[in-house]
Amino acid sequence: MCCTDMALAYVEAHAAWSEANTRPSLGRDYAAFVSRAADGAARAEFAVEGVRCAACMTAIERGLADLPGLAAARLNVSDRRLSVTWQPRAEADIAAVLAALEGLGFTAQPFAPGRASDAEAAEAKRLIRALAVAGFASMNVMLLAISVWAGNVSDMPPENRDLFHWIQAVIALPAAAYAGRPFYEGAFRGLRAGRVSMDVPITLGVVLTLVMSVVESLSGAAHAYFDGAVMLLFFLLIGRVLDQTMRRRTRACAENLAALRSERATLAEPDGGLRDVPLTELVPGARILVRPGERVPADGLVEHGSSELDHSLVTGETAAVTVRGGERVFAGALNGSGALTVRVTASAGASLLDEVEGLMRRALEARSRALVLADRATRLYIPLVHAAAALTLAGWLAAGAGWHAALLDAVAVLIVTCPCALGLAIPAVQVVAAGALFREGVLLNDGTALERFAQVDTVVFDKTGTLTLPESTLCGGTITPAALEAAARLALSSRHPMAAALASAAGPVEPFPGAQEAAGLGVRALVDGVELRLGSARFCGAEAESAAVLAAHPDASVICFRAGEGAPAAFPVRQALRPDAAEVVATLRRSGRRVLILSGDRSAAVEAVATRLGVVDWSAGLTPQDKIARIEALAGAGHRVLMVGDGLNDAPALAAAHASLSPVTAAHVSQAAADALFLGRSLVPVLAVLAAGRRARRLMLQNLWFSAAYNLVAVPMAAAGFLTPLIAALAMSGSSLVVTLNALRARATTPRPDPVLPDGGKVVELPALPSAGGVA
Amino acid sequence: MNVLLLVIPLALALGTLGLFAFLWALKSGQYDDIEGAEYRVLHDD
Repeated sequence: MCCTDMALAYVEAHAAWSEANTRPSLGRDYAAFVSRAADGAARAEFAVEGVRCAACMTAIERGLADLPGLAAARLNVSDRRLSVTWQPRAEADIAAVLAALEGLGFTAQPFAPGRASDAEAAEAKRLIRALAVAGFASMNVMLLAISVWAGNVSDMPPENRDLFHWIQAVIALPAAAYAGRPFYEGAFRGLRAGRVSMDVPITLGVVLTLVMSVVESLSGAAHAYFDGAVMLLFFLLIGRVLDQTMRRRTRACAENLAALRSERATLAEPDGGLRDVPLTELVPGARILVRPGERVPADGLVEHGSSELDHSLVTGETAAVTVRGGERVFAGALNGSGALTVRVTASAGASLLDEVEGLMRRALEARSRALVLADRATRLYIPLVHAAAALTLAGWLAAGAGWHAALLDAVAVLIVTCPCALGLAIPAVQVVAAGALFREGVLLNDGTALERFAQVDTVVFDKTGTLTLPESTLCGGTITPAALEAAARLALSSRHPMAAALASAAGPVEPFPGAQEAAGLGVRALVDGVELRLGSARFCGAEAESAAVLAAHPDASVICFRAGEGAPAAFPVRQALRPDAAEVVATLRRSGRRVLILSGDRSAAVEAVATRLGVVDWSAGLTPQDKIARIEALAGAGHRVLMVGDGLNDAPALAAAHASLSPVTAAHVSQAAADALFLGRSLVPVLAVLAAGRRARRLMLQNLWFSAAYNLVAVPMAAAGFLTPLIAALAMSGSSLVVTLNALRARATTPRPDPVLPDGGKVVELPALPSAGGVA
Repeated sequence: MNVLLLVIPLALALGTLGLFAFLWALKSGQYDDIEGAEYRVLHDD
């Protein structure tokens, strides 16, 4: 499996953005990406796109070896990252590495791994070390334990049995002290915060088992339970490691995508120079240049220039907004026609982003208070187990058994109920289901989201960028093929996002040599003595045609073309529906779910989309507050809402909804708020997550019921005093195995309905999804 | 039965050796790139 292949699909889908990445760049400042080791050797990491096989790895590593000053280049094929080390005191020339990779045919971006991922990697290693120790200990203790069990029914002398028990103690005690630390620490953290987590019964079970086994060994008894304690830790650690692996993989993918998006800003220096810097280096007060076709990298005030901004990623509004000096611009807006100089402002309390973040925090707090299945199971399980143990103790004492026998049976209850199966029941399903979703192009941010997806009965869509594709396409218009081709060739020389729609409409064409972009107006070129113009209605003198086209397509924008003094032509351009949007919406409605559209765009545009999809419930012109209010009203009426949205204005609604989904082209804030991200042009992932959620929840419930049934059999046996270590070991490993095997059934893939074009009725090709490889 | 006192520590010592070999391999980053490792083994440089 390969996350960068997905990144590639994503970048291909957004040619307008990648075009900005590949343009000849200014003197760029990479200092932020270089870290220095103790001996002064510089080191940098790159996210590399297009690595598919072993040959790529060799090509990259050999190709870079000849660069001056380079000490080592090593490609990590699993997460598509290249780590480059320079010789001590050598200049870290990142541009040379990028150029060499470019020459080899790979696109790469320098990459600064965050602190969070370092801490996570350290935690993953700690868990694997604990797992190794627990595995070693359970193998060796089991070896000795089985000898004792066999000896107990044959002729083993008591002194040999005691020796074997003491050897087990020597292995199990230090191993449990080391391997159990993640659980002990979790239990203490929870208790200090006043919570009883699942770690508490685990810790209690392990410690009591070990103490009792030592006491029994001291008295020369026939049974000791060292094997049970270490085996329990081993199984539970498997669950923890799986859980951690899933989260780390998702994060690595998300980080690669972010790096390949390469969000940078062009800093205008006081001396007039221009410098490309990563976004993290932008400080309030900095002056940045935003060229046509680029996204505004940070909130700010316009100092010079005027332009038309496309706010579809910010507010969902598709009509361009004209900005001039002194006006406020928001990060994420796409610059249309003119270059802007923007002074970055500190995140003042009034900015849109702050408002959105405030709403989001409130919504996320509410969500974190919601109980997931695992919490509910823990809440039921802990008092029941402890009550059963206490009852056993009291019962035996009342029946006249001695303290020793009564305590022994009470501890046996704790051992046999130890949440082996319970500890694996939910993470195992989450890991397998997340892996299956990953192969369908969905990145799950949060494992607990699966069960929330299962309960969804209402689906709310944002329009812009969610039901529609994030980039514009040509939509009709009466144009001769020759004029379309000429306009498309001209459009190739423009960076305006609407020109990109035109350029892709005519198939592969070459740009005209000598075409010139007239800032803020359009592009012109002299071909065979005739001046061709492409741009605004005014630039082409096409006001009348433009108005006619706008009347026919109220939800479109217009780009005009004129050859010499001939009749001008106006092309309507709009964001087309995703190819299978109608089919997906129809399937959702057939399955009995209510479908709504909540958009920030103007009414005419939303109505056009809602009519084509057959959606009756739609609202337009909504602010972030309106959206969150609508979602909360639906939740108040008892509906479980799935919010699908991409804009900055959707982020609070995404956080407030019962479950949420974003396309990978969404604004950063929205990506962080969503439970899952989907890649590609298709809307089918909406159906895939709902199906995967239902399947996962069913399997989790099966696993939980199985654990409950297992306890119903095992607890009376233990309470009655029939529990030998052999039975405990069989029950524990048997139940864990059943639960894990059951979880593997979450791998089944969703049957995919054939996506059908809403108008043409013909089946379209799905975007290439990443090849199916192993996940865990 | 004296042979037990020789054989059991021997078995444990071998097992411990394996455990430490794994921990060393983990620490030296040999599990960081499992997909790449299967190709690297075929290179002769």
